[in-house]
Amino acid sequence: MTFLAIDAWWWPFVFILVAGWLATDGWRFLGVYLGGKMSEESDILVFVRCIATALVAAVIANLLVFPGGALADSPLALRIAAAAVSFGTYLAARKNILLGILAGEAVLLTGLYLL
Amino acid sequence: MNRHGSPEATDREGRAVWFLRGVWRSFSIPGLVLVSAFIGFAGLAREAGLTLAQTVFMTGIVWALPAKVVLVGAVLSGNSLPAATFAVALSSVRLAPMVVALTPELRTEKTRPWVLYFLSHFVAVTSWVLAMESLRRVPRDMRTVYYAGLGSTLVLVNMAVVAVVFLVASRLPPQMSAALFFLTPVYFLTSLWGSARERAGHVAMVLGLAAGPVFHVLLPGFDLLAAGVIGGGLAYAWHRAQRRREFVG
Repeated sequence: MTFLAIDAWWWPFVFILVAGWLATDGWRFLGVYLGGKMSEESDILVFVRCIATALVAAVIANLLVFPGGALADSPLALRIAAAAVSFGTYLAARKNILLGILAGEAVLLTGLYLL
Repeated sequence: MNRHGSPEATDREGRAVWFLRGVWRSFSIPGLVLVSAFIGFAGLAREAGLTLAQTVFMTGIVWALPAKVVLVGAVLSGNSLPAATFAVALSSVRLAPMVVALTPELRTEKTRPWVLYFLSHFVAVTSWVLAMESLRRVPRDMRTVYYAGLGSTLVLVNMAVVAVVFLVASRLPPQMSAALFFLTPVYFLTSLWGSARERAGHVAMVLGLAAGPVFHVLLPGFDLLAAGVIGGGLAYAWHRAQRRREFVG
């Protein structure tokens, strides 16, 4: 039962509703219901944040190593180098996200147009 | 004094003013960074084979960007519905404590529960940070209205951004399409590092980056779940060990 498993217009929307809406608003509604019963500092939340961070990091690494579409034609070394420059610039610019993104994109585009 | 005089009219005008102030608050640097992230997300979803309608629907109904990126990642990896749901749910647990922290700020004794459930849908990192920053300067009985203005504007603007990028992207040269796709990983590479509350978050990020491609090859279909649980679990174990060492000496 993958995203493309059923060839009907409604199936992707059902997939998004269950895997997207239910899996996010479920937590938000639980948050309203629990009210003040949960603390931001509790140890279980450190665990929760660790798993969420590792999961999103895994998606990012997969997008860089096994990209789809137009990025798939670029060399892996260029993508890694651009990502590294982006992260380095972000740290050097005192955690400025926009500068980090611009630097990485500049490296990627330069590489793509030169190669 | 208000020339309409009656308390209801004054109240209604006050609400409109605070709603608009919420709308205005969304036009900010964090809001701009978020728009750039959604430009990238639209490119990602398009390259993953999603349609315009599916992507705009996903933007409105899921809203939290990490959850959507995990969802599209699961679609790209060919994950089944249960595996995708589980991965998205694991990536979104943190929404619950964020809502827990925000709700007492929004609520008065008269606030109806459905209003709070409805407003909780707008909770994602950017709107939450902006709200936590500005709510204390908003009169308590105007806070739900203010957050409704702030949250709904962010959602609607980014749904529009996604739709426009989707339409424009087909006319881009391949290099620019590649750069558009590249936006999502670099955005999260930087923002994820900055959002870590404790050192363990950085450890989890590095482990997740390494584990993603490894499990993509070893455990196709369950790569995200495995990377999240194992990478996150190891980071947490590191966190516990670290703290025990602090206690001992």
